Amino acid sequence: MGAYFSEIFLGLYSLAVGLSITFKEFFKPVVTVPYPFKTLKMCDRYRGHIELIENENGEPKCVACMMCQRGCPSGCISITTKTETYEVEVKGEMKTKKKKILTGYDLNFTTCSLCGQCIENCKFGAIEFSKEYNLASTRKEDFHFNLLNRLKERNS
Amino acid sequence: MSGPVIDIQPGETFTLNVGPQHPATHGVLRVKMEMDGEYIIKAETVLGYIHRMHELMGENRAYPQVLPNLSRLDYLGAMGYTHGHVLAIERAAGIEVPERAEYIRAIMVELNRVASHLFWFGAFVMDLGGFTPLMYAIQDREHILDMLEAVTGSRLTYCYFRFGGLYNDVDDDFVDAARAFIPRMRKSLKKYAALVTGNIIFRKRLEDIGPLSAEMCRKYGATGPVARGSGIDFDVRKNEPYSVYPEFDFDVPVYHQCDSMARYKVRMDEMEQSLRIIEQGLDKLPDGPIMPKKKPKLIKPPKGDYYQAVETARGSFGIRLVSDGTKNAYRFKLRSPTYSNMHLFDEACEGMMIMDALAMMGSLDLVIPEIDR
Repeated sequence: MGAYFSEIFLGLYSLAVGLSITFKEFFKPVVTVPYPFKTLKMCDRYRGHIELIENENGEPKCVACMMCQRGCPSGCISITTKTETYEVEVKGEMKTKKKKILTGYDLNFTTCSLCGQCIENCKFGAIEFSKEYNLASTRKEDFHFNLLNRLKERNS
Repeated sequence: MSGPVIDIQPGETFTLNVGPQHPATHGVLRVKMEMDGEYIIKAETVLGYIHRMHELMGENRAYPQVLPNLSRLDYLGAMGYTHGHVLAIERAAGIEVPERAEYIRAIMVELNRVASHLFWFGAFVMDLGGFTPLMYAIQDREHILDMLEAVTGSRLTYCYFRFGGLYNDVDDDFVDAARAFIPRMRKSLKKYAALVTGNIIFRKRLEDIGPLSAEMCRKYGATGPVARGSGIDFDVRKNEPYSVYPEFDFDVPVYHQCDSMARYKVRMDEMEQSLRIIEQGLDKLPDGPIMPKKKPKLIKPPKGDYYQAVETARGSFGIRLVSDGTKNAYRFKLRSPTYSNMHLFDEACEGMMIMDALAMMGSLDLVIPEIDR
């Protein structure tokens, strides 16, 4: 009989303790952000999709060495290049030299796992993470980024 | 009255499908239950709905390319799994890790363990019908995720450890934030004890329910909090020390009641122990580089068979690596803790009522992507 009443008392007590904690929380400041109206600033190291970096002339720093494409675990980077021949004067003589030029840098973001292998593999500091996180679409083609065009759009 | 009327005769059983899409299974796990009224006669867990062949990927790709995969095994405690991977490859290839990197790794893993247990705590209480603690738990977990995001750049799939060191160094902001977090978390743990552990409804749902004997845990190879709740004193951090864990002073909580409440208490105590490790790690954090000076450009472990186990939030996680001397692994076997822990469920829930069985399933802390890897 005594155990029965002490159980009822304990039950009511634990209920009161729980309610007092929730009641105190009621007056604490709001910790959430009403998202579409207010957004948080992304931290400096945030890993979004990759972007090309430009040099002083507004051209991409990329030299098309293909290290990022080779290092990518998901194979989501595809680079196209063309070879250009040009002439330089070395010790008074004209010599023809070949140079690889970047013509396209496509990122298939649907398969990217944001691991950062491409950026670590890049010896020239030509790519970086963007701070873009508001990416949403109903078509997967919207996530096939042409990074060269994006760079041009940023410059213009 | 419209529709067919199911008339069940006394003594007749029926089959109940829980899942693959069911909130109580925390993922795409299907449980086929043969029921007699509300009592379970036989249960069978069915897997394979999100199998992604991580082991095969580990054999097809070069070693550094597998790094992002390990975070995808367990989305709540991703750091621990990456830790096991890098330790296995470092052991195989003979790469030395600077001391600072080792300490930062330990701090990160423990922070992630607290975050994982916090989320489990919230989800577990929600399984039992209490919604509010989940909000408090997520609020505390958010502080940890913010800290980890500022350092690693990602909130869940960190991919932060590298063979030989780390992706990038921690700054003073992180150290200050972690120091401020510890007393706040201790206060929260007291709040949870008052709000949940002392609650009479919660205790009545868990005490003496879902017994898992130590013998059964050994039979199925259960590890982590599930085994420690059944009185098995086994923690890889203590029994087979790795990294800098021998330097830390911490206890392994063990309970002998074998019920769901014991497993709950083990996890709550483990959070406190993890906070102790973080505190000591921050005090001892040495200066220095985070990547070794000498590191092979292409990782090619010599021929051999290597195994490395670590203690993750859910139990002992092991990697068996068979190398044939090339840049890909010959065999990349992942021994994940929840896979063993889950198979207890089939035998343990026989004769239980369905609500008790689901409460017990919550106490096992199942993360399905890690079972179905």
